[in-house]
Amino acid sequence: MVLNEQDYRLIAEIQGGLPLSSHPYAVIGERIGLDEQRVIERIDAMLESGIIKRLGIVVRHHELGYTANAMVVWDVPDERLNEVGEKLGALDCITLCYQRPRRLPDWPYNLFCMIHGQEREKVLAYIDRLVGSEGLADIPHKVLFSGRRFKQRGARYQ
Amino acid sequence: MSRELDSIDRAILNRYQGDFPICERPYQAAAEIIGIPESELIRRLERMLEQKQLSRFGPMYHAERLGGGLSLCAMRIPEEQYDQVTEQINAFPEVAHNYARDHAFNMWFVLATETPERIGSVLDEIERHTGFRVYNMPKLQEFFIGLKFEV
Repeated sequence: MVLNEQDYRLIAEIQGGLPLSSHPYAVIGERIGLDEQRVIERIDAMLESGIIKRLGIVVRHHELGYTANAMVVWDVPDERLNEVGEKLGALDCITLCYQRPRRLPDWPYNLFCMIHGQEREKVLAYIDRLVGSEGLADIPHKVLFSGRRFKQRGARYQ
Repeated sequence: MSRELDSIDRAILNRYQGDFPICERPYQAAAEIIGIPESELIRRLERMLEQKQLSRFGPMYHAERLGGGLSLCAMRIPEEQYDQVTEQINAFPEVAHNYARDHAFNMWFVLATETPERIGSVLDEIERHTGFRVYNMPKLQEFFIGLKFEV
């Protein structure tokens, strides 16, 4: 999908949220000079092409009780990366799983995943179990819990 | 906080972290699936936004497909300078969120820029401002993305 100038106006207009009124797409259209049908079509097209990953509620997990937020990082031998990444990515409790670059010698870890839980002990026990069940005992890992949160907002687009 | 949510709030949260309808009366369509009136769905979303249980209600964009840059960055900051460096970093509009983590690499933030090239220059500016090295760790490969929370 090729974005035009109209689309960028639409992207900027709705980035902070959809209007909470019964015809939200008409309200958006009025603000940027498009008709409701056009707004609906373009949002649909952006979802279809993956420019919008999701449309709906973005939660603040901390306020919903998910206070034990662990980033688990693994130093996976390159030849096992895809196998381990796919294994971890398929697990229910893992919400993100990415390969990122090592920064040697300070940072040897190349696979990052996120686990959001309600209690630290349960998250740690879960990680112990998955190390056993997925055959990851020989892959060094570290668990980094988050402490204070200083800033949380989505990215902004002009 | 989560104790204040009732079963209808939970149903809304579990159903609409995505898949919000795109039609003329989307709240009505969504409310029907939950089994409540449109006005009640709107009221509940307003309340959860006010109580900051929701960070927003709308689109989550794919930054790279929008032509933007996105990266996870980490820093090692001595405890006594942590607050000051946090302030310096959060003053950059490109810093989308910033978490402290319990590790020698104790500051983790996400940079979102309008162009991929801008990532490097923001990192340089942060290093110059703070005097500490920034470790840039952009995503190389994605194995899963489904950040949804059951409540």
